[in-house]
Amino acid sequence: MQPAVTLRVTRYRPEQESEPTLATYEVPYRKDWVVLDALNYIKDTLDGSLSFRWSCRMGVCGSCGMKVNGSPKLTCASFLSDSLPGPIRVEPLDYFPVVRDLVVDMSDFMRKLKKVKPWIIRHDERPLAEGEYLQTPDQLDAYKQFSMCINCMLCYSACPIYGLEPSFIGPAAIALAQRYNMDSRDEGAPERLEILSEHDGIWQCTFVGECTKVCPKHVDPAGAIQQYKLTGAIHWLKSLLLPRGAR
Amino acid sequence: MSAEAHYTPYHPRWYRRRVSVWWWLQNRAYAGFVLRELTSVFVAFFAGVTLWQLRTLAQGPDAYARFLACLGTPLFVALHAVAFLFVLFHSITWFNLAPKAVVVRLSGKRVPDWVVVGLNYAAWLVLSGAVALIVLRGR
Amino acid sequence: MDRFACDVLVVGGGGAGLRAVIAVAETHPKLRVAVISKVYPMRSHTVSAEGGAAAVIKAGDSLDAHAYDTISGGDWLSDQDAVEAFVREAPEEMLRLEHWGCPWSREPDGHIAVRPFGGMKIERTWFAADKTGFHMLHTLFQTTLKYDAIERYDEWFVTKLLVDAGRCQGVVATELATGKIQVITAKAVILCTGGCGKVFPFTTNANIKNGDGMALAYRAGAPLKDMEFVQYHPTGLPFTGILITEAARAEGGWLLNKDGYRFLQDYDLGKPEPKPVLRSMELGPRDRLSQAFVKEQEKGRTLEGPYGHYVHLDLRHLGARVIDTKLPFVRELCLKYQNIDPVKEMIPVRPVVHYMMGGVSTDIHGATPLPGLYAAGEAACVSINGANRLGSNSLTECLVFGARAGEAAAAFAAAQREPGPSVLAQADDEGRRLEEKFRRKTGGHERIATLRAEMHETMEESAGIYRTGATLEKAAEKLQSLQERFGDLALADHSYTFNTELTAALELSYMLDVAEAIVHSALRRRESRGSHQRTDFPARDDAEFLAHSLAYRGADGRPRVEYLPVTITRWPPGKRVYGR
Ligand SMILES: Cc1cc2nc3c(=O)[nH]c(=O)nc-3n(C[C@H](O)[C@H](O)[C@H](O)COP(=O)(O)OP(=O)(O)OC[C@H]3O[C@@H](n4cnc5c(N)ncnc54)[C@H](O)[C@@H]3O)c2cc1C
Ligand code: SF4
Ligand code: FES
Repeated sequence: MQPAVTLRVTRYRPEQESEPTLATYEVPYRKDWVVLDALNYIKDTLDGSLSFRWSCRMGVCGSCGMKVNGSPKLTCASFLSDSLPGPIRVEPLDYFPVVRDLVVDMSDFMRKLKKVKPWIIRHDERPLAEGEYLQTPDQLDAYKQFSMCINCMLCYSACPIYGLEPSFIGPAAIALAQRYNMDSRDEGAPERLEILSEHDGIWQCTFVGECTKVCPKHVDPAGAIQQYKLTGAIHWLKSLLLPRGAR
Repeated sequence: MSAEAHYTPYHPRWYRRRVSVWWWLQNRAYAGFVLRELTSVFVAFFAGVTLWQLRTLAQGPDAYARFLACLGTPLFVALHAVAFLFVLFHSITWFNLAPKAVVVRLSGKRVPDWVVVGLNYAAWLVLSGAVALIVLRGR
Repeated sequence: MDRFACDVLVVGGGGAGLRAVIAVAETHPKLRVAVISKVYPMRSHTVSAEGGAAAVIKAGDSLDAHAYDTISGGDWLSDQDAVEAFVREAPEEMLRLEHWGCPWSREPDGHIAVRPFGGMKIERTWFAADKTGFHMLHTLFQTTLKYDAIERYDEWFVTKLLVDAGRCQGVVATELATGKIQVITAKAVILCTGGCGKVFPFTTNANIKNGDGMALAYRAGAPLKDMEFVQYHPTGLPFTGILITEAARAEGGWLLNKDGYRFLQDYDLGKPEPKPVLRSMELGPRDRLSQAFVKEQEKGRTLEGPYGHYVHLDLRHLGARVIDTKLPFVRELCLKYQNIDPVKEMIPVRPVVHYMMGGVSTDIHGATPLPGLYAAGEAACVSINGANRLGSNSLTECLVFGARAGEAAAAFAAAQREPGPSVLAQADDEGRRLEEKFRRKTGGHERIATLRAEMHETMEESAGIYRTGATLEKAAEKLQSLQERFGDLALADHSYTFNTELTAALELSYMLDVAEAIVHSALRRRESRGSHQRTDFPARDDAEFLAHSLAYRGADGRPRVEYLPVTITRWPPGKRVYGR
């Protein structure tokens, strides 16, 4: 077993430098360590000023996304042993502004998420006293996959369209819109379609497909966008061909 | 510190990376994607040729004969070969993506992706067969 | 320093905080309401909860049965009026979440499905596969986006509660992205900052669970209730402490010692049956299961690995189909973090610090003794959990008491005037403290990591599953010396921007306060009850200790412990019987 592994970590200290630099750290190698353990080792014993986000260390809170050896990854789910012998390159996620070291700004996503109305929309609310909306396991299955998104931003970091066109609503937000559209309790699909058919919506996507590949939760945002395009196209055709009442 | 490198306390100074023009060379997936985008040029080329064909057809047998002669030149044969490869690439990647856009459910269960892809290929084969039949029989 | 003002400020964007903020927005739409959180709300630790949330919904179940399970599970230290309110309001709260879109698992006919859980006589735990907390939190968060009135301060770290004229009137916080010190004044503040598992070295809890809110309230003069009651969950993965949910046992998993023997049968927890039996064996309460592990270890019947002793959790007989539909996350976690497949292999597990029964003392409306200060969720102690929480009660507690605290705080705020100028002077002082003692601090010799490690060691030794007076005494002294050494901290990061060393230091100081409260409360409670087991006082002592402990911060900075009687309504203290 190798005794140590080298991490090459991007540093960016906005108060001292105008561009990111590279720092190299030597970290003991342990079989059951993930990249996040190595970063914590650095912070605890080598350099307390290294900044990065993390919390759950079990792949569900979505805070620890970074680029590991060039691809977007959850660092709490990336074992050192998968990148031997090293050195391991750790960078902030692409296409987001870097705040400091490995921390990026994701407020852009938070705005976009709100824009797609990710909540149940009903014409008539069912009173609580009448109990639950019935939803069969198959109906649940229809949207379940899209509800698994942990907002980790890996898909944005893999999407060159987002890089070139930052106004693009992007994979996760569209997948979450689709999550509600497909939910048998929801009636808000037409409202969301209107928003997503706008210039910054689904039509910006030219189907690179990388978002789905990097998604750690198998959400398949690319699939969501394609489904959406189909719905959008059919809707458009209908509005073109059918008289108002029949749509 | 460079000239523009001043930091004002309490004001974020984000670093924004510019996307390089060569971003699509970064990995194979991106390159494949750009290639697929490029195929549209060749699809357009085919469409253009067909339009031209229609026009010459309307102009009478002479024009059509000239059109056919033109198609036979090495330049056009080469162009068609290249275009054919691209369109093939386009079709294959397109078919492989089909299950992403169309989620088919039969009695509540999602039909597996390979079935959707398979059906697409089957339809392609049948149609190509039909076209081949018409063309070859027409001789 | 900028000043922001609102009527009700919720600190914490987990399950409790988000439920509270919606309650304010819905019941008092005219009030200015805000939620401040040190992480984006959907990163809060509620996201990790796996197994489910309890509420009576099925025919054959009853509110009394839920209440009795909760009270006996808590070894009669729960306030029974609070438990009755809790079980009564739980079903409606859970339905509300269903209406907001939570993807609850369903019966074939479309009704809500429930599963059994430890210490519960009837199955009543609602679940969303084994990612219940994740789905609840995202549903709540996405629902808050619907309310334009809700203001959010994401990634703002609260460092102090502002108290003036005997009431809480806001907070001081640092905005992580810029390092700016900010004041938010409020007519009422609700603490929903979650638990404090990180006081211990081996825990299921996330990095952000440092007892911040508990320490903030304690420093502001509010008491911490029942802090000696720390729950160990019997099944954590040995190295990481990642939780393997109780649902794994509810679906039929077995706990086996090194001889492949279902050892719980030796500890008065019932007879081994092939199918799970409620309130029996593997579905006993967590305190008893964790204690059984220690006894088993003493008998030399556990296994030993690089990360200490462990036993096996066997799910193999459930088959791939059950595991994949009911416990997909368990399989994912085992494969990813332990490199084993529970379909084919047994999972190594050991008890792990999981949940804090204690917290900021509140009444049944979430109000603390400090006017204007409210608390809910794991940060609070109402108390429904008594000496041992039952699995799946705490997510529901976040909803029921989050809503209650929200409504009560809103009603209180509506009747208050704007905070006066003297809180701003306090805020200035706090700003100066943060600058001088932390951000600009030079010199010093102690490392954060060293102090934290010593605190961890102290807590594990003294406040673990079994405790004695002598080690608790020693621990109290040790913690006091750590408090002093904290003043000599060496900090390397002097920047304003996203300074995580600064927050780590502040979190350490919160944890030290909370650790002291735990140790002092444990030292005073000279009996054994629920999760608090004293080898020097092995019996429950209702004559003296059927009471909540209240830890106040004394003038010398050390905790002062007082007692408050337990409210008993219909269930007089009895014997806890499981498996019979
Ligand atoms: C692994 C695991 C599994 C669990 N499974 C279950 C289960 O199946 N069923 C069940 O009922 N319970 C379960 N629990 C317990 C339950 O999840 C928690 O008790 C509950 O989620 C706590 O929610 P909360 O809202 O009180 O706090 P949290 O969700 O922890 O949120 C705390 C919030 O406070 C904020 N905050 C903290 N400090 C500060 C500060 N200084 N400044 C600003 N903001 C701050 C944080 O940012 C966060 O938003 C589980 C717990 C764990 C650890
Ligand atoms: S879709 Fe996948 S990659 Fe994108 S944010 Fe959600 S979980 Fe992350
Ligand atoms: S730390 Fe939560 S996803 Fe990695």
